[in-house]
Amino acid sequence: MKVLMSGNEAIARGAYEAGVRFAAAYPGTPSTEILENFCKYEGVYAEWSPNEKVAVEVAIGAALAGEKAMAVMKHVGVNVAADPVFTVSYTGTNSALVIISADDPSLHSSQNEQDNRHYARSAKIPMLEPADAQEAKEYIKLAFEISEKFDTPVFLRSTTRVSHSKSVVTLSEPAPYEDKTDFTYNAQKYVMVPNCARIRRAEVEKRQQALREFAETFPENRMEINNPDVGIITAGMPYNYAKEVFPDYSYLKLGMVYPLPEQLIRDFAHKVKKIYVIEELDPFLEEQIKALGIKVIGKETFPYTNEFDPGVLRNAIAGTTEPLSPYQESLSPRPPNLCPGCPHRGLFYALKKQKAFVHGDIGCYTLSYMKPLEGLHSCICMGASIGMAHGMSKAMKEKGKGKVVGVIGDSTFLHSGITPLLNMAYNRSDALIIILDNSTTAMTGMQEHPGTGYTLMGKEANKVNLKDLISSLGIENIKIIDPFDQKATISAIKEELSKEGPSVIIAQSPCALFKRANIKPKPALKVDPDKCEGCKSCLGLNCPPISWKKGITKEGSKRKGISFIDEALCNGCGLCAQVCKFEAIS
Amino acid sequence: MSDNEAKSILFAGVGGQGILRASDITCEVIMEVGLDAKKSEVHGMAQRGGCVTSHVRYGKKVYSPLAEPGSIQTLVSFEKMESLRYLKFLRQDASIIVNTEEIYPPVVNMGEAQYPEESVDFLRKHYGRVISFNAAELALKAGNIKTANVVLLGALSNLMNIDKSIWQKVIKNSFPEKLVKMNLDAFQMGIDA
Repeated sequence: MKVLMSGNEAIARGAYEAGVRFAAAYPGTPSTEILENFCKYEGVYAEWSPNEKVAVEVAIGAALAGEKAMAVMKHVGVNVAADPVFTVSYTGTNSALVIISADDPSLHSSQNEQDNRHYARSAKIPMLEPADAQEAKEYIKLAFEISEKFDTPVFLRSTTRVSHSKSVVTLSEPAPYEDKTDFTYNAQKYVMVPNCARIRRAEVEKRQQALREFAETFPENRMEINNPDVGIITAGMPYNYAKEVFPDYSYLKLGMVYPLPEQLIRDFAHKVKKIYVIEELDPFLEEQIKALGIKVIGKETFPYTNEFDPGVLRNAIAGTTEPLSPYQESLSPRPPNLCPGCPHRGLFYALKKQKAFVHGDIGCYTLSYMKPLEGLHSCICMGASIGMAHGMSKAMKEKGKGKVVGVIGDSTFLHSGITPLLNMAYNRSDALIIILDNSTTAMTGMQEHPGTGYTLMGKEANKVNLKDLISSLGIENIKIIDPFDQKATISAIKEELSKEGPSVIIAQSPCALFKRANIKPKPALKVDPDKCEGCKSCLGLNCPPISWKKGITKEGSKRKGISFIDEALCNGCGLCAQVCKFEAIS
Repeated sequence: MSDNEAKSILFAGVGGQGILRASDITCEVIMEVGLDAKKSEVHGMAQRGGCVTSHVRYGKKVYSPLAEPGSIQTLVSFEKMESLRYLKFLRQDASIIVNTEEIYPPVVNMGEAQYPEESVDFLRKHYGRVISFNAAELALKAGNIKTANVVLLGALSNLMNIDKSIWQKVIKNSFPEKLVKMNLDAFQMGIDA
């Protein structure tokens, strides 16, 4: 049967067809839909772990028990998981273990553009890279086969364009599940103390050699010899762009991007006159091929940054320029924004008045950095807000008192905010941490986490009590507020900033899009054109339904225009009415 | 121009307008007539009221899910000013379907920039075929503003050489039972628009 599938749906399907029934992940664009789809198949166990490191460890445990397991994450998630990843490469996996890294060239939804192929090389783990959904489905199966055969973890690397493009996929019958779980005692292999690890270290090099030989005949490393004047060595999605623009050239398409098939590359080099290496981001293939003494054209021609498309390749190789739009006026940008009724909006509006330095974190709330909210001043990675706020507060001593804040979402806090908060309680700084608790992992589309009371599989679960958890870390000043109550929010922030030692405010209100929260729609608000003085205070909220119309003046007033609320977009949260100084909104 | 025979459609609009559903349906229709199809889109942060685009490519064999600039035959714009944002992707003889609904971006809301006037006239001046109507109003007539995406598919179906009954079949399979009639009505309104 043929169906239209995204790369992510196809990875989930392929794992199921391979007889895999166990997976762990932390959500992150562009990887999230893999587990959201996998968990729907009959007989599987799939979980959202609190972070990627835990997800990999959960999968290692399952593999050690004899169960085929997969751990799924976005590219930066592999940074979090790197510790177990590097050492499970030594122990091997007993059963099969596949780690999926979904990279994000062009930073569509990420804080950096790192090229995770480097992880394969530095952790000495083989990596496959599919070019579309059909290949994604086949390659995940191959990844499990390679893992089992060589007793090694295997990376499957996707990119946003593979994960989120849809194409035609032919479904196969799923392999029947076999329960092979059992206890395997082998301390020499699984206890990585120096004595044992030294022995495994040598085993890794033997495995590397075996994998290099395997790569030479791996059928997904394939040559397509056409016009011998130009040869293209490529992998993953860029293969499609190149085939689209230069269908007559010769190709070496690498399905396995690490380790490389050296002899196959040499053979290809003998068959063609000139070679381009086409790869997004870093010259990962190019540098290794050049080290073989083969002359290729790479990053001197193709960009380091951003994902490619057919136009980028044509311009680079044929020297053409991109066609111009006939419309040459500048078009207003349309950046993503906090939704109407978003609980973060009120919090940041109140926080701005304190003129503090706010360390942000990863979530929808990061969008508040833009004008006019300008809600936060730094953002590095998951959980960093708390450690950075603590560090800044310590470094600035008296100068920083009452002026340093960290904001972090509930899911992000549980992902990697607990340890830095423990540090704050232990090493004691004066920073204020605000947990934006909207009861879900909103940015990636409402995934469950240990604070929601449900699992990925839809079962009721333990719901961590944030206040108790934070209190048990040693934080004494904890306040819970409703961010839609402006007055209470402002006074809580003021009060906690003035206190000695660390404070935590939990701003609790569910995401406006969260269906289970069952937020009752309130009637849309209206601006009374007689009362509005045109002060633009409400525009400072940057709420999508609120706009400004010039030229509507009033006798006896200096106003130059008034605010309007688009009833179709307004969800009636009432924040703008609290912000209005003239009682013009109701 | 690409030697490949694959054809391309660009769907463009604002997060929340049902653009991805519309491009999904289009791909399903293309698959029904036995052609290869690929589509491309970006999820995540872009959905929070930002610009959303989806490329649909189809033909005997499709490699790239992204179209090359200067190669797209059909633009379906779900919002009026968004129709101007991606013109570098279009061929000069492209056909354009524009929903004339206006959704202001933040800087226009703040009064710091103007919403572009006369976008449709501009398109008519530069491109062969421009079909413009307010899909949101028609969708309301069909029963829900959210069916505006299917209204636009009705207009798109007039430009594609695929039997209307195939579109209707795919639309039937794409929505829960209680929403099917409303969406079929919306589709017909787009055909007649």
